[in-house]
Amino acid sequence: MPLPAGVAEALRRIVGRESVIDAPNDLRIFERDGSIEGALPDAVVLASSTDHVAAVMRVAAKHRIPVVPRGAGTGLSGGAVTIRGGIALQVTRMRHILEIDPVAQTALVEPGVVNQELSLVAAQHGLFYAPDPSSQKACTIGGNAAENSGGPHCLYYGVTTNHVLGMEVVLADGSVHWVSGDSADRVGLDLCGVLVGSEGTLCAITKIKVKLLRIPTSVATLLAAFPSIDTASQAVSAVIGHGIVPAALEMMDRVTVGAVEAHYHAGYPTDAGAVLLVEVDGIPESTRELTAAISEILTANHGYALREAQTPAERELLWAGRKGAIGALGRIKPNYYLHDGVVPRSRLPQVLSAVGEIGEHYKLPVANVFHAGDGNLHPNILFDMRDHQVIHQVEGAGEEMLRAVVELGGALSGEHGIGLEKSAFMPWIYSEDDLDAMHRVKDVFDGDGILNPGKIFPDPSRKAVHLAGRTGLAIEARWW
Amino acid sequence: MTAPFARLSDDDLATCVHCGLCLDACPTFRVTGLETESPRGRIYLMTQWKRGTIAFDEEQVKHIDLCLGCRTCEGVCPSGVPYGRIIEAGRADVEDIRRPSFKRAVSRAALRQLVGHPGRLKAAGAATRLAQKLRLTSVARSGRMLPPLSPQYRAPEGNIAPAIGERKHRVAFLVGCVMPILYPQSHEAAVKLLQLAGCEVWFPPGERCCGALFAHNGDLEGAERLREANMRTYDAGTFDALIVDSAGCGAHLKDFYPALKGRVKDLTEWLADVGLPAPRREVKMRVTYQDACHLAHAQKIKKEPRDLMRALPGVDWTEMRHPDICCGAAGLYSTLEPDMSNLILQEKLDDLIATRADVVAVANPGCQMQLAAGLRKRGSTMKVEHVSELLARAF
Repeated sequence: MPLPAGVAEALRRIVGRESVIDAPNDLRIFERDGSIEGALPDAVVLASSTDHVAAVMRVAAKHRIPVVPRGAGTGLSGGAVTIRGGIALQVTRMRHILEIDPVAQTALVEPGVVNQELSLVAAQHGLFYAPDPSSQKACTIGGNAAENSGGPHCLYYGVTTNHVLGMEVVLADGSVHWVSGDSADRVGLDLCGVLVGSEGTLCAITKIKVKLLRIPTSVATLLAAFPSIDTASQAVSAVIGHGIVPAALEMMDRVTVGAVEAHYHAGYPTDAGAVLLVEVDGIPESTRELTAAISEILTANHGYALREAQTPAERELLWAGRKGAIGALGRIKPNYYLHDGVVPRSRLPQVLSAVGEIGEHYKLPVANVFHAGDGNLHPNILFDMRDHQVIHQVEGAGEEMLRAVVELGGALSGEHGIGLEKSAFMPWIYSEDDLDAMHRVKDVFDGDGILNPGKIFPDPSRKAVHLAGRTGLAIEARWW
Repeated sequence: MTAPFARLSDDDLATCVHCGLCLDACPTFRVTGLETESPRGRIYLMTQWKRGTIAFDEEQVKHIDLCLGCRTCEGVCPSGVPYGRIIEAGRADVEDIRRPSFKRAVSRAALRQLVGHPGRLKAAGAATRLAQKLRLTSVARSGRMLPPLSPQYRAPEGNIAPAIGERKHRVAFLVGCVMPILYPQSHEAAVKLLQLAGCEVWFPPGERCCGALFAHNGDLEGAERLREANMRTYDAGTFDALIVDSAGCGAHLKDFYPALKGRVKDLTEWLADVGLPAPRREVKMRVTYQDACHLAHAQKIKKEPRDLMRALPGVDWTEMRHPDICCGAAGLYSTLEPDMSNLILQEKLDDLIATRADVVAVANPGCQMQLAAGLRKRGSTMKVEHVSELLARAF
């Protein structure tokens, strides 16, 4: 649906002629994010300032045009996909680190600042930004705050919301507000806590004040092989059961290890049924002690080929393999459907064996690479989108895997958000009353429903489509 | 010509999983913030063109034109997308169907008629030297970019430079097309280092441009013809390795000359392997290094040049922010897309000047010209030298 008459011109007056893209063929390039569904925006608008965002929002509010904030578009649940058309409000030019306060250990950043860039600059002051999604080379702090992103090191350090002190936001009416700010204790009703993780449905984020932490003086990274996913899962439980919370505790299965080794040559043992990557940090005395204790526990739980990174370069390589694992799966099949669910840690062996069975049933290769310490699993269903028939299989397998997660007492998402992908499954874990309460919060912020419509909340019409076996995946298949 | 987009391989394109990890590694995405100016966006566009799901649209060719071809994205891509191969094929395919433009026609003619012919290129170099003396070159932007030209590099008598001391290796040396005219001093230093490392250096007679400039600009057939001519020359000689001191040429030779497989070596790669004798004097300078895209990303060589330079006594080593991000030179790009090239250069100059280095070392003539012109314009006194020149200072 094209924009109402005059809107494109109004947008151009705000951000400049070159910063509004509405040529149909160019819009196609913005139809997707890191997930597999897509939908065309009616315009892409590049904002360079809070004033731009506010003015664009006022135009959108006047004409009731959907607005979907967009960072680097690396999200995995379709959060940045303009499923109802409208404006993709791109904040990638707002990429300035406005202030780093080394004494208060805070940074004030624009939403388009790339996650890893912040840590790179903060390192000059001996500081770092803890949440580290695997896409940190490209993903933005604004997108991280909107999705409440996690990452391997969130096991110990906590997810994005634990590191956001306050935000400047633009509401659906174009008004600009600060929520919370300087103190780690968000005084009064925690509005910032409501907005972090709201997936663009409540506000557009224009500035973020985040906590920075001191770079630990000592880091130890261990790699251990296990005969099976089961034994590796038991080792995870054993480590945490001993009262040790490592900075990160990651698992990769055999399929993943094979793909990763082909690209990174990180020295992962390719014969193993599963590999654990464990990291502890702190002061040298404590990391030495913890490393010894963890090694003992891993060995006692069938771990073998234990290896500790001896140099920073070796450590980086071990992590490069983990962080690039999802993309490396492209070596097996050109597309993946990456699921994200979380179960109580003790249920990992059960849920992973269910995932394996579902993959076999549908005859689809599945690769597991995930944050084992948090019980946050990421089964990747591997397929080739050029085979239109396989899409229904992929979709069915994904749904069954999530069903298994929920039946084992888990939740629909560990860190990727609900977005477009999982909105239809929300009733599996939330009652009508729960959803109604969420709707009422949404109405307070965005009564007209222009901010990222079609996300998080189950859409009755969409669900009907889903039951007919024609989700967005099928729509996507037509495009390819 | 066969079906449109016949050179683009659907299997190559399908390796992209659309994860987006490449975005911030792309210099044009970093300055525009636009998916259309990112590797992921360009692959998506070429995929739709190839599959016929987006009709070819002349307006969208600019997204392909704006790619620097720096291949930084390849280094960060976990799926192993062969981006360099994709963009070169895509460019060649686009050349078949796009509207002709005067600028591109001139650059293609210049490549085919000038760069492909060593004799004509030499004459052009001599003419440019004369023009510089008469101060005629400052009227055009591309003229102002040029370094002051010295007499061009000439291979020694008999096309052999003997090893100094014991002869341990026999290597061929790529003199190339523009290097001997623009930067003869880099070649002189490189050959001296090779001799010091015990190499007898052979200069293959009749060798022409390797074809890199052609391939980068969508003229794969022109590149092919040069490869055939050069292979006849190489086949006539014996050598342990073909040494290249220009990163763009090295990457092209490694990708497009399968018969030389494993024998093409960047100068730094080779020297790090065979070793240099002990340095004879100190190099008391603060030194930084700008990775050449076609060395760091296409050939995955980042450590060797650094190790060699850091090992020199007296060097005060410093790294700039993002040393492996393109400076905007990218072969003919700085001439064809001057605005984008300049945007990228300005960010690079900020990072470079912040290092307070005395000299920035480079491994490719394009980077050398771009950085020197940029620094000159900013009134900086920082020198730009080829790695070979910097290393030769110690001997």
